[in-house]
Amino acid sequence: RVLLSGGSGVPVLLGSPPAKRGGRHTVTLIPGDGIGPELLNHVRDLFSFSRVPVDFEVVHVNSALTSEDDINNAITAIRRNGVALKGNMETNHNMPPSYKSRNNLLRVTLDLYANVMHCRSLSGVRTRHRNVDIIIVRENTEGEYSSLEHESVSGVVECLKIITRDKSLRIADYAFQLARKKGRHSVTAVHKANIMKLGDGLFLQCCKEVASGYPDITFDSMIVDNTTMQLVSKPQQFDVMVMPNLYGNVVSNVCAGLVGGPGLVPGANYGKDYAVFETGTRNTGKSIAGKNIANPTAMLLASCMMLDHLGLHAYASMIRSAVLLTMNKTQLHTADIGGQCTTSEIIQSIRREIQSSSPHITGSIEC
Amino acid sequence: VDSQVTCPWRSNLVRPRKHIKNCYATYSPFQATSSVEIIMFLFNLQELAGEMVLMFSLFSVSTKAPIQWEERSVTAIKGPSGRWMIPPEAKESMDKSKIGLKGPLKTPIAAGHPSMNLLLRKTFDLYANVRPCASIEGYKTPYDDVNLVTIRENTEGEYSGIEHVIVNGVVQSIKLITEKASKRIAEYAFEYARNNQRISVTAVHKANIMRMSDGLFLRKCREVAENYKDIKFTEMYLDTVCLNMVQDPTQFDVLVMPNLYGDILSDLCAGLIGGLGVTPSGNIGANGVAIFESVHGTAPDIAGKDLANPTALLLSAVMMLRHMGLHGYAKKIEMACFDTIRDKKVLTKDLGGNSKCSEFTNEICRRVQDMD
Repeated sequence: RVLLSGGSGVPVLLGSPPAKRGGRHTVTLIPGDGIGPELLNHVRDLFSFSRVPVDFEVVHVNSALTSEDDINNAITAIRRNGVALKGNMETNHNMPPSYKSRNNLLRVTLDLYANVMHCRSLSGVRTRHRNVDIIIVRENTEGEYSSLEHESVSGVVECLKIITRDKSLRIADYAFQLARKKGRHSVTAVHKANIMKLGDGLFLQCCKEVASGYPDITFDSMIVDNTTMQLVSKPQQFDVMVMPNLYGNVVSNVCAGLVGGPGLVPGANYGKDYAVFETGTRNTGKSIAGKNIANPTAMLLASCMMLDHLGLHAYASMIRSAVLLTMNKTQLHTADIGGQCTTSEIIQSIRREIQSSSPHITGSIEC
Repeated sequence: VDSQVTCPWRSNLVRPRKHIKNCYATYSPFQATSSVEIIMFLFNLQELAGEMVLMFSLFSVSTKAPIQWEERSVTAIKGPSGRWMIPPEAKESMDKSKIGLKGPLKTPIAAGHPSMNLLLRKTFDLYANVRPCASIEGYKTPYDDVNLVTIRENTEGEYSGIEHVIVNGVVQSIKLITEKASKRIAEYAFEYARNNQRISVTAVHKANIMRMSDGLFLRKCREVAENYKDIKFTEMYLDTVCLNMVQDPTQFDVLVMPNLYGDILSDLCAGLIGGLGVTPSGNIGANGVAIFESVHGTAPDIAGKDLANPTALLLSAVMMLRHMGLHGYAKKIEMACFDTIRDKKVLTKDLGGNSKCSEFTNEICRRVQDMD
């Protein structure tokens, strides 16, 4: 309940950051690796075409360097601007443990505690499952991702998973508030408390405590292995799901796969003071980088989420409907969802949609 | 998803084709002793006991397989040292016969003793959990071309059970990864692949985040892969595996992974083919011990009513027979079971029919006898 006491305690979901100078917002842009740079370029072009009042401060992070200066610069920029749009930064897992994942550093330092992903079946994309509509709320800063490891004896490694009461209460509260705001009916907590009795047991207990304060929303819980099994057979039974970090990773990837793949689902990381938007499944897409075949949908929808966060709802709706129209009605698809279009063709189509739906926006299609 | 899609960035794993026989098999690192009468173990099952005993007596008679059953209870008891353990008669019998078949066990929540499955695992050092998942013809799911095997390290990892409350409100769980266990499971996985004509082994990990622990697991897998150049070895992040698995499960063949990922992934794969009611499982231990089991729950609501679906336990038994080298019998029972499901005339309720467990079993026995 402390979270609702107003002032600096108000979670970002309830308030919106003030407009910057001259009605234009400045947003930090981190291109990342793989397909990140090319997709974010498309976002920037589309924004300038649509005359969106957002300026991007581009901060490059070279993930090949061991020094953390780049990522610290990025963090400072995000602290300054409050909002960021990023591509995924590659982590070379053959580097020594002192080299930490840049994405994780960003999330933990800025305390972006809630990762929200909305997986929804799109009418224009053929998948095995229909009518999937799941919001996943994943704890983003602790759990298995604490990066606390040591080799106690040669050949024996211990990795610590930390679960705290404060963070569990916080994420559970976020999930319930989000459910209420979006008019959702039930929240499912995903855990493995039958095996990790203390850790996940604490998480589950916190969820139950928070649930008692939201009698209008049904709360239930499910063990993570059963959850994945249910997701591939009957995903329609799930509404909002809340879970610790690692299970969130698994469940969000399963759900993204169910609705059509990594190219379609946007993701958002919310903290008390900052918000960072990216693709939902955080893939670098190294093997398709530079080939003009990446699906821009996820990144574009993430940028629309960012616009909504900034309060620029009209622009957000305009771009979102153009993207979804291209996907569902015009049926222009990239290869990952069974089509043959290039990224540029999709972007052109989106620009045409924006042009025709909002003719007061001047700007030739070819620019 | 349109199968004509060209996905240039999907991994170039060669898809296992249907000529792979013996999907339901394990690799037995120890030579079975060649005695005709091999004594078997049927663990005492709670709740679903009646059905299963009936089923096995029926099918032993019809197949004339040279096995003898011994039933033992594995309900935990407190030993003289005060520690919980499985009954000594059970342990003795198991050490003698080495092969076991187990039905569902449920540990009551306030039992006071640790999970019985965990006790079994610790007692016999069951280090590898093998779960073959293949789509069953006649049992329709959204995925009809699954043919993979998940091999899960079963003794350490996240399930070491070591947890502490550091201060009030802060809990730490310890995930343990050791060189020895990682090497052992990797070796088992590659031997399995080689002995069952599998094409590739994929190590599933999260070494980008858990650099030291999963990094160690991965290093061991890579080392072992050096000795098995005939098997293709790949590494993939857990989230990428999940993402790809639900879109296109044909790209996976054998998967090897630590405990928690194995738990999640093996259940995910079971879900792809139709759930735990049709998924068999084998646990391979050190010293030649192997326990095969169905992994579904005890189903107290249908126990004793002759409604249960014995397919999971039956297929586990098929795995067991192959493990022992009784390939002929295994093949007969497997074919009879799949033919029955494909024909769709006699099916239990969860498979879409309304026959009883005994009717289903009788139909399978009849087919086995017809084959002779």
